[in-house]
Amino acid sequence: MTAAPIKVLVVDDEPPIRKLLRLGLRSHGYEILEAPNGKIALELLNSAPDLVILDLGLPDVQGLDLLRLIRARNESLPVVVLSSRGDESGKVAALDLGADDYVTKPFGMGELLARMRAALRHQLQVQGELPVFRVDDLSVDLVRRIVKLGEQDVRLSPKEYELLRLLVQHAGKVLTHNFMLRNLWDELADVQYLRVYVRQLRQKIEPDPERPHYLLTETGIGYRLRAPD
Amino acid sequence: MPEERATLVRRPSPEALLALAKREESRQGRLKIFVGAAPGVGKTYEMLQTALARRKDGYDIVVGVVETHGRKETEALLEGLDVIPRRRIDYKGQQLQEMDLEAILARRPQIVLVDELAHTNAPGSRHPKRYLDVLDLLEAGINVYSTVNIQHIESLNDVVAQITHVRVREMVPDAIFDRANDVKLVDLTPEDLIQRLKEGKIYVPEEAERALEHFFSPANLTALRELALRRTAERVDEQLLSEMRARAIEGPWAAGERILVCISEDPRAAGLTRYAKRLADRLHGPWTALYVETPRSLQLTEEQRDRIADTLRLAERLGGEAITVPGSHRRIADDVVDFAHANNITQIIIGKSTRSRWFEIVNGSVVHDLARCAGAISVHVIAGEDVAGEELPRKTVSTADGSRVPEWIPYTAAFAAIATALGAGFLIRPISGVEGVDLPFLIAIIAVAARFGLWPSITASIAAALCYNFFFFPPLYNLTISDPRNVAAVIFFMAAAVVVSNLAARTRLQAVTAINRARTTESLHAFSRKLAGVGMLDEVLWAAAYQTALMLKVHVMFLLPEDGTLAVRAGYPPEDILDSADIAAAKWAWENNQAAGRGADTLPGAKRLFLPMRTGRGPVGIVGIDSDEEGPLLTADQRRLLDALMDQTAVAVERVHLVDDMDRVQRDMETERLRSALLTSISHDLKTPLSAVIGTAQTLRDMSRDLSEAEKSELLTQVIEEGERLNRFIANLLDMTKLESGAVVAKLSPHDLSEIIGGALRRTNKILAQHQVKVDLADDLPMVEIDPVLFEQVLFNLLDNAAKYASAGTAIELVGRREGGTVTLRVLDEGEGVPEGDLEHIFDKFYRANKGDRVRAGTGLGLAISRGFVDAMHGTITAANRMDRSGAVFTVALPVPKSANLEIAA
Repeated sequence: MTAAPIKVLVVDDEPPIRKLLRLGLRSHGYEILEAPNGKIALELLNSAPDLVILDLGLPDVQGLDLLRLIRARNESLPVVVLSSRGDESGKVAALDLGADDYVTKPFGMGELLARMRAALRHQLQVQGELPVFRVDDLSVDLVRRIVKLGEQDVRLSPKEYELLRLLVQHAGKVLTHNFMLRNLWDELADVQYLRVYVRQLRQKIEPDPERPHYLLTETGIGYRLRAPD
Repeated sequence: MPEERATLVRRPSPEALLALAKREESRQGRLKIFVGAAPGVGKTYEMLQTALARRKDGYDIVVGVVETHGRKETEALLEGLDVIPRRRIDYKGQQLQEMDLEAILARRPQIVLVDELAHTNAPGSRHPKRYLDVLDLLEAGINVYSTVNIQHIESLNDVVAQITHVRVREMVPDAIFDRANDVKLVDLTPEDLIQRLKEGKIYVPEEAERALEHFFSPANLTALRELALRRTAERVDEQLLSEMRARAIEGPWAAGERILVCISEDPRAAGLTRYAKRLADRLHGPWTALYVETPRSLQLTEEQRDRIADTLRLAERLGGEAITVPGSHRRIADDVVDFAHANNITQIIIGKSTRSRWFEIVNGSVVHDLARCAGAISVHVIAGEDVAGEELPRKTVSTADGSRVPEWIPYTAAFAAIATALGAGFLIRPISGVEGVDLPFLIAIIAVAARFGLWPSITASIAAALCYNFFFFPPLYNLTISDPRNVAAVIFFMAAAVVVSNLAARTRLQAVTAINRARTTESLHAFSRKLAGVGMLDEVLWAAAYQTALMLKVHVMFLLPEDGTLAVRAGYPPEDILDSADIAAAKWAWENNQAAGRGADTLPGAKRLFLPMRTGRGPVGIVGIDSDEEGPLLTADQRRLLDALMDQTAVAVERVHLVDDMDRVQRDMETERLRSALLTSISHDLKTPLSAVIGTAQTLRDMSRDLSEAEKSELLTQVIEEGERLNRFIANLLDMTKLESGAVVAKLSPHDLSEIIGGALRRTNKILAQHQVKVDLADDLPMVEIDPVLFEQVLFNLLDNAAKYASAGTAIELVGRREGGTVTLRVLDEGEGVPEGDLEHIFDKFYRANKGDRVRAGTGLGLAISRGFVDAMHGTITAANRMDRSGAVFTVALPVPKSANLEIAA
């Protein structure tokens, strides 16, 4: 982040939110492009932003439609969506349309930065995965297929390992049920399978499975693996 | 009917027996009260004398407290009795003496004498009032004799104060007085009492002397005495009634007043009815309007019959009971007296006769008969009072002629019968001789009388006499009679024929009356039963329309006021098209509370006849009647039946309206309460955090230089926390709005509870930072069908609630169990628990449990939302207090899905 600052396009019609993001993100070294509506947002895409923060409720265009247009122009541009609580279906739709993550309003700057980092990291990682993933006591060696909790080896079934690997590959990012099912089984698989495996995996990697620390549930949306800070 | 009533009364009523048994068999002591009109009548003396007499019978009697006021005679009586020493109480330096309740309870006598029931105990006694002491004694099974003056009875307090201008502060509730097993009135005439006062036999405290002198005036004493007598009589009346009911003794018991008014077709009957109502009001007694139906009733004109029906309905409207009985005796007076005895009537009201002297000699006078055989019952004979004041509804509707049999048929039949008899006469003459020929004629006359009534049978009698003469008496085929004996025979035959006709016709009339009345009663009964069974307005109207249409063979339509106009609400056969003439007639009928339309005086051109339906409170709607046939719609009988049916319908409609009104009032109150709660809640819950945020932010901006880093950080934390609080409140408001608008649809799918709990705990991390959270889920917990987002919110609200009500450092437990067909999740806290009275309201909107100042107020929405969400997921949520320790426990129960136990091998 030293030489060329990361360019973030903020698409939000609310001036206070834009101001908050401008000040907050600038202080973390990001360069900000602001778009109060969809039209300007599309124009600003030409300035080649590195990440888009998109409010789903825009005055001139449905947030989801704008997301679709953005994806049509650039398939890999990371997009973090801003949405309100209770709009779980909107979030899922956005994620299924290719948004990388979401933040629920009102949000803290810390949370937003974490989501942005996860989204940017994933983009960088797509080319080459880090061989060993570590977060707190959990380590996953993707090359040697070794999972450890502290010094303890964790024995996983092949399916459990696949699940964990998928999560590790997208660590810090929310994964929708659909996405996970598609990657682990197929489109038609029942979400129940996923729940059962998540439960089993938690029994093995979580110190307190009732209050998970690593494998977090995003209620009504999917799961997220805690990422190293 | 009178017999039936009598048996009803003679059979002991179960309630009365029960009450009696309860009083007699209870181990509670019996209370005997000696009542006096004023001080000095000798209550205490009487009580002591009674006690001494009882002691001779071997009863263990003690004196709890008796005030002799220094009267020598009274003190003399006391000497023979065991007196419990009084307890001394020091109060503000004064030595007060009070009855020693504990000592009496410990002593356990059979009877205790407690003077002055209305006495107020000295401060520091067990009870503030002596009558409460007495209740304790009774409770302990000790019989109590006590005394009280009538002015101390609570309900009479005002009256006494008005009479005497002295207000008594010590009062005994009427319930105590009514609870007494025995009440004895100690009576003294005012003269004697004043004499005693003059002789100094009545204790008068010096300071009250002047007031008391005024009190003891003859007028006051007379009034008080009357009060005492009356109150005691009332008390005795109740006792008497329940006793007599229990023992099934037939009346009259001169207890409360019960009034009977005799109704006739006389136009003044309405005035009589109102008189009865006034008298009943004055005497606080129930009243009944009675009409005795006699054979003569059938001969009344339609107008007269209408008047009787109207008067009976007027009686019902005025709050009386309207009863029609068939006359079973020769004299109406006997029927009236029978009814009066069976119903414990004490006063009979009857109108002064307007009949001619001649009529009374022939038919007897009901008034005279009644006065003669009424026995203990008073008879009021009221002079003619022309119908004035309340105008009876006028009948202005033409009705069809009642007789269904055309006029000429009975007479033709009569002649046919005589012709047949004549034939029979020719046949039997060779056997029986001329003298036997009269028998077929007599049989024919009786048959005609029995079938067609008086006048056809008299016609038949004359025809028979003529035939008899013409065909059988010499000279034959001639109406002259030669033999004087035969003249006598024909005359006697005539007379016999007329008498027989009369008798047969009378019997027939009675039978017809009885059958008609039974039929009407039965249909009315069935009708009211049908109406009583339905609760919705439309159902009531439909049932009424259907029944009326069926019974009267007409088309029926009901119109009820709706938003200022009349609207068709029901009809049979169903129809809701009215032409303009009908609409005008219906409107006119509604506005003028009179009949209009077909057959009526007003707007007779309309297709239907519209009649108002009324109750005692006024008109409730309009009924429209029509039929496919031409001519008048209804016979007079049908018209009366229709009136009765519509009265019942009106009452049923009113009943539904009343229920609706009550519901609406309740709903309005509820809405009002919610609205004000919402306003309070919003103004408080929105403004408080906003003020904090704005104030803090301003401080930070304006005084930034003067604040240390730590202070700034603290203020900023406050901004965030208050903002978050505001956010939660708005989220709650939104959830509530969604719930109320029905926008919450649970998307149910099988879920692992632990997963949702994890999510909820993560969200409440900050709120529960000060608490220890324990999660205890059974291993066999199946997946449950829930909406994860809703359920997480339910848990969040429950945890948030627990955090608010349980102090920091305590544990909050989440316990999940499978219990048969349900999965329960309990949230237990270690707070103070929910006050018992709050448990049922705790899920109500904007309800905040009573709590100390230290707890920050909630929004009063969280639990209501939780319940709404759990309901949407087909579960239940309940609140209770913990048994094992203080604290509340909220239980969410969810059904185990049928396809539970989804286990997948790894």
